[in-house]
Amino acid sequence: MSKNWEPTCNLEILHLRAQLLDKIRRFFSEKSVLEVETPLLSHSCGTDPQLDFFKTAFSFPPLEESLFLQTSPEFAMKRLLASGSGSIYQIAKAFRNGESGRLHNPEFTLLEWYRVDFTLTDLMDEIAELLTVLLKDYVDLSEPQRFSYQAIFQRYTGLNPLVFSYQDYCDYAQTKNIPEAITLCGDDHGLWLDFIFSHHIQPYLGQEALCMIYGYPACQSSLARINLFDSKITDRVEVFIKGIELGNGYYELTDAQEQSKRFDEEMAVRQQRNRPSSVKDWRLITAMEQGLPECSGMAIGLDRLLMILTGSVAINDVLSFSIDRA
Amino acid sequence: MAIYSTNEFKSGLKVMLDSDPCAIIENEFVKPGKGQAFNRVKIRNLKTGRVIERTFKSGDSLEGADVVDVAMQYLYSDGEFRHFMVPDTFEQYQCDEKTVGDSSKWLKDQDSCTVTLWNDAPLSVTPTNFVELAIVETDPGVRGDTSGGGGKPATLETGAVVRVPLFVQQGEIIKVDTRTGEYISRVKE
Repeated sequence: MSKNWEPTCNLEILHLRAQLLDKIRRFFSEKSVLEVETPLLSHSCGTDPQLDFFKTAFSFPPLEESLFLQTSPEFAMKRLLASGSGSIYQIAKAFRNGESGRLHNPEFTLLEWYRVDFTLTDLMDEIAELLTVLLKDYVDLSEPQRFSYQAIFQRYTGLNPLVFSYQDYCDYAQTKNIPEAITLCGDDHGLWLDFIFSHHIQPYLGQEALCMIYGYPACQSSLARINLFDSKITDRVEVFIKGIELGNGYYELTDAQEQSKRFDEEMAVRQQRNRPSSVKDWRLITAMEQGLPECSGMAIGLDRLLMILTGSVAINDVLSFSIDRA
Repeated sequence: MAIYSTNEFKSGLKVMLDSDPCAIIENEFVKPGKGQAFNRVKIRNLKTGRVIERTFKSGDSLEGADVVDVAMQYLYSDGEFRHFMVPDTFEQYQCDEKTVGDSSKWLKDQDSCTVTLWNDAPLSVTPTNFVELAIVETDPGVRGDTSGGGGKPATLETGAVVRVPLFVQQGEIIKVDTRTGEYISRVKE
């Protein structure tokens, strides 16, 4: 066994993290948003085909059952919203299996908050306000930017992300010297968008300012609402600073039937791809049937935020103990 | 040969890509929060020496390449091929000039070097980091110059041309860093 017992971050980072948490709590307390705690262990889990979960064994003889570590506190928080909690936030650990790298640790800290009666625009205002407070004194940034997904995609690639033209996408891959994209993505529009966005757009976003991208293509979202005026896009926002994806937010879907349908579709995709099958969260569906208030919600990775605050290159540099030392 | 998945793409791993043996240089995990996970990999083609970037879907795999570095002794050149020998086993290998490439200008008979074998055939030759070679031709130096500033070209016994300080004379043996082609020092015999 390795004897690496010391923290992966230096001790100043511990202080910085504590200050960050303190500022977040003050920010929401001043706005009367309630801090909540929800279980990390759950009987059900997310269905997102792109996320893998940790499964644990709960032994309580004669009872033996599987419990899942949450990939985000979203479902439990929505059940609180449906029960009338009003606007809430939470600072919690989230767990994603199979994710480890320079920007990923399988266990990480999320700030997740939900604002009742907020539209996506209201949410973006608040994201900008919060991040400006948190980054002030650490990172020199100009005024926050907002671009639609379509505008930013077109600007960097000349391609239309909302209408899939196989030929145009292939031509782009050839000129950018990424021919592997053609075999890798095939006719999967969503995969093409992931590939091109993460390799050829994201690295340039937020170099000078907090950058918010909204209006993601309809094929790129599971829990956001389809835009009222344009069914090709969803009311989803992502935040980037210095090329790092910091978080994701939605004008939340409130239609229980639609939600249940999307779960089923995603579970079918999981089965197709031979991913571990997930357990549909009926409690969330039931809560939504009771009525989820109109709301917008956002999740921000606090470890990555700390990376940006400190100019760190790797997530390990801001964790007390990264997974290899945990 | 073993199969390696993207998670196992560590720096130095030898794999087959587009039918060529390659070495992994860097492997970055790229995953949008709500999207497909990729591995963006920097790879050196061991045949051409070229470095390329290639993206894989996380979980994809490549076949390992049977590539090994073997310490050998350079024997001689017969004009067409250069001959090398594994000192322990006396096993001999021959390489054409193309395979030896730029390394040829540092190879002196009997010197040791590293020969990279792919499926037991030479793929490339790497000289030791430092070699000691005699100067066969250089302009007479200026007496009293010991600074090493400026310098002059000197042709070595293997044909390599390096810049040496003005005080270094023809016939002397010098130590050279083969990675940079830079003069290090004179060698006292």
